[in-house]
Amino acid sequence: MKTVSSLLDDEWYKRYKKISKLNIRSSIYDVTNRCNLRCKGCFFFSSNEHKAANEEVDIKKWESFVEKEKERGVNLAILIGGEPTLCLDRVEVFDKQLSTFCATNGLIKIPRDRFPKMGIGISLWGSGEDEKVLRGKNTFPISSKNYEGDPYTYYLYTITPRQIGKTEHVIRKIEAAGLKVHMQLLSNDEGVDGFFWTIEELKDIREEMDDMLDRYPGTVISSKYYHEVITTGKMLGRPFGWGECPSVTAPLDKREPRPKHLTNFVRWASDLQTMHRCCTSETRNCSTCKDGAAHMSWIMVNKRAHMQSTGDLQNWIEVYEMFAKLYQFIPW
Amino acid sequence: MLMENKIMGIGLRIAQIMIDELKLEDVTAETFNPDIDLVDEVGIDSMDLATVALVIRDEYGIRIDEDDYPKLITIRLIAEYIGGKLDEKSELIDD
Ligand code: SF4
Ligand code: SF4
Repeated sequence: MKTVSSLLDDEWYKRYKKISKLNIRSSIYDVTNRCNLRCKGCFFFSSNEHKAANEEVDIKKWESFVEKEKERGVNLAILIGGEPTLCLDRVEVFDKQLSTFCATNGLIKIPRDRFPKMGIGISLWGSGEDEKVLRGKNTFPISSKNYEGDPYTYYLYTITPRQIGKTEHVIRKIEAAGLKVHMQLLSNDEGVDGFFWTIEELKDIREEMDDMLDRYPGTVISSKYYHEVITTGKMLGRPFGWGECPSVTAPLDKREPRPKHLTNFVRWASDLQTMHRCCTSETRNCSTCKDGAAHMSWIMVNKRAHMQSTGDLQNWIEVYEMFAKLYQFIPW
Repeated sequence: MLMENKIMGIGLRIAQIMIDELKLEDVTAETFNPDIDLVDEVGIDSMDLATVALVIRDEYGIRIDEDDYPKLITIRLIAEYIGGKLDEKSELIDD
């Protein structure tokens, strides 16, 4: 029987042991339905999720809700929105009780005296030009100034087909700001013209992402296997999609057979009662979904499937390490 | 001694259930190390354990509480858990 220690040498085994007992149990929370931007291609607004529920405004209810989430076994709260920084009191409720990660567009600075070590991910949609087309504004000059040199912040760089050949420029700017970067791909829910991926473009961007990881290992938080899976939509020959997705809200998951999934995962709306189907938009086509977190989790929940060879298991470890770094379970 | 034999018997059966249900290769119930860490070394997760728990429920009439999964990390620990529950059951019947 193949076992972890029979597949790994000492060095890899040590790396494995650092992550093997982390037992990360995440859930995702819409902190608010509002945002100070209106990006084209933002799944939250394009699929009307901002209208799915009325925001809970009583902070005491947020407090008791987070307590219950802890009791449910959640040990990582991923805050999205809308724009969470519009409601820092709610963010604070999470950060005081749980390991918390906050996604933001970076326009409002999260004060570090109030949130000393909270993980922050700033969304970025490419170069200044693309940012203007997709978000109506180039956010980078503001967000990079707000978070320059922050040790717990990274850019979540959503790459579009128009970015092929241009990612290095963006990554160098991020490096110059003393920040890290993680790359994901645009799913183009709103069908913005010129932003659909072709198979050729996906091949090209995979090569480019690999190259960036090789050349900027201190800045890029990623793994080549993740690049492979997200650009091909395949893992160990299996295609990604509804039948395989691990990030479906557990109480709403009626799939038969149920695939490997995140334990007790829920994506909560801001009324703290409504649940969304999955970590992204319910209207998204699963067969073309490029959600980065769902692909990472897909790999992570399929550990045993990656125990057929040393290479597969090493790939699995690298992706798990990447996730653990992005959410501060291990240092960069 | 009798007790130890009983646990060993259950352990062998659990090993076989795991091999069959999880399609583990290159191992038999006899060569399956009862003390190997199933989670860390074999890569078994809570979903795998739930699959095994269903067969155990059908065969032994014992329900494994999901909250107990984290401590059931070896074949021996599972066998002892089931052995304990079987004893509780027979005591109830004797009473
Ligand atoms: S900043 Fe984020 S939440 Fe706001 S519109 Fe853009 S993608 Fe959506
Ligand atoms: S849209 Fe993506 S994340 Fe949501 S269920 Fe489909 S595949 Fe999963």
